Amino acid sequence: MDALKVSLCGIPLDNPVIPASGTFGYGHEFAQWYDINCLGTFSFKGTTLSPRLGNPTPRIAECSAGMLNAVGLQNPGVHEVIREELPKLRSCFHKPVMANVSGFSVDEYVEACRLLAAEPQVGWLEINISCPNVHGGGMSFGTDPASAALVVEAVRKVTDKPLIVKLTPNVADIIPIARACEDAGADGISLINTLVGMRIDLKTRRPVLARQTGGYSGPGIFPVALRMVWQVAGAVHIPVVGMGGVSSAQDVIEMMLAGATAVQVGTANLVEPTICRDIIMDLPRVMERYGITSLSDIIGGAR
Amino acid sequence: MNDVLFTVLDNALLARDVYRLRLQGDTGAIARPGQFVNLKVEGCFLRRPISVCDLEEDVLTLIYKVVGKGTATLSRLVKGETIRALTGLGNGYDCAPAGERPLLVGGGVGVPPLFLLAKELRAADKAVCVCLGFGAKEDAFYLREFRELGCEVRLATLDGSLGHKGFVTEILPERYDHFFACGPEPMLQAVCAVTRTSGQLSFEARMGCGFGACMGCSCQTLTGSKRICREGPVLRKEELLWTR
Repeated sequence: MDALKVSLCGIPLDNPVIPASGTFGYGHEFAQWYDINCLGTFSFKGTTLSPRLGNPTPRIAECSAGMLNAVGLQNPGVHEVIREELPKLRSCFHKPVMANVSGFSVDEYVEACRLLAAEPQVGWLEINISCPNVHGGGMSFGTDPASAALVVEAVRKVTDKPLIVKLTPNVADIIPIARACEDAGADGISLINTLVGMRIDLKTRRPVLARQTGGYSGPGIFPVALRMVWQVAGAVHIPVVGMGGVSSAQDVIEMMLAGATAVQVGTANLVEPTICRDIIMDLPRVMERYGITSLSDIIGGAR
Repeated sequence: MNDVLFTVLDNALLARDVYRLRLQGDTGAIARPGQFVNLKVEGCFLRRPISVCDLEEDVLTLIYKVVGKGTATLSRLVKGETIRALTGLGNGYDCAPAGERPLLVGGGVGVPPLFLLAKELRAADKAVCVCLGFGAKEDAFYLREFRELGCEVRLATLDGSLGHKGFVTEILPERYDHFFACGPEPMLQAVCAVTRTSGQLSFEARMGCGFGACMGCSCQTLTGSKRICREGPVLRKEELLWTR
């Protein structure tokens, strides 16, 4: 199975398929559906320094090619994650995991990252500076190059583990932000987070989501994601992790051709809990069909 | 939890906008009444969670009301077609605290999960009283089925076209040991307010995944945050914020 292997920021992956943060819990929810050790790795639920109850419900709305969510970073907080979730995770997943971290101040990012980086099972830190759901939250960091750099520089000082910065697509130009993260010491860029959207209920004439707007994800955003992965991969010298609407082996290959070193699968997990395993099993067949002998050879191959 | 391909046995109109869908397939993952399945409906991105109404070996009965695009598509399924479902989702009702005289309270399309529950309670020889509330006579279903299980059935309709005119909370018996309820949230709230025993209530929510991954259906309780799809849909009366 060497044909599927890639290396992400110096850590080898058996394959490039990574369930995306917020769609895979802390792993054990999916270990009931299949042996999650087949994954390259997974990015666990966005974790903040303090526990968060999240937004009021409804938090979910359906769209023709995906869904909106306004979960609001509900999570038990970094201390509880280390105490309760990581031991459960260790029992069902035996590879380095990607720790996804959110914050509302530079200090919060730094402290949560410092604590998680000290955990042996954490391979990468994925810093979410893009969550569009929380007022005064990550949005301000991810939409401005200087603010993004501020977070990355500060977190860089507390860990030598690979730092991947997850970017929001809700910006006019993503390239300066990606470059600012690279210059500030990031080891990788992941993108895209959700696109801000909304739905209105015709019966009630009110927004479906309690928070009015939410993040649009699912197959509908794939072309937008692919375009941004293409742009960023052409602008930085660090690995790019592509995501946004990926739901098949073909999508994975397309993302890699656009320049992604690894590919995250998000919303598809919620509809088809075994989708990541299915994609991994399907990759050799699809690779053969398109004459691909090794996935690592095709990264950026469309350029 | 299981991912199952079912074959449609029949799908018939049961009451106004209410259909009964019988499916054949592996029901092994369904362990308790009050659990639900999450259906992959053609043309819809998210699955549709529907509570289990009845179970007989490899035949699963679901009763649903057409309220939108997903359920409308579901209503057009015909015999021999297939549909995929994640099965055995949610916690379901716990029969242990039922006592000798359990009370079942259902409202509208919240009635279906009470049927399998009544069946289990009757199999354990409990004296089951079922109080059902519907909008009107045309909305009522499964009265005969509950009676055939040997339950005492009481009925209320909002317009008085069948049974008592008014709310289901107005026809509850004097004595019961524990209650089980499912229906619209105002009904559940009213049931909590008028009952004096412990009880279990099944909730509906907009769900993303239906198996605990997305945190889309979280709600706050006196015992912490609960996912309706995972720690629910059945919550104990004692843990609801209403009872504080």
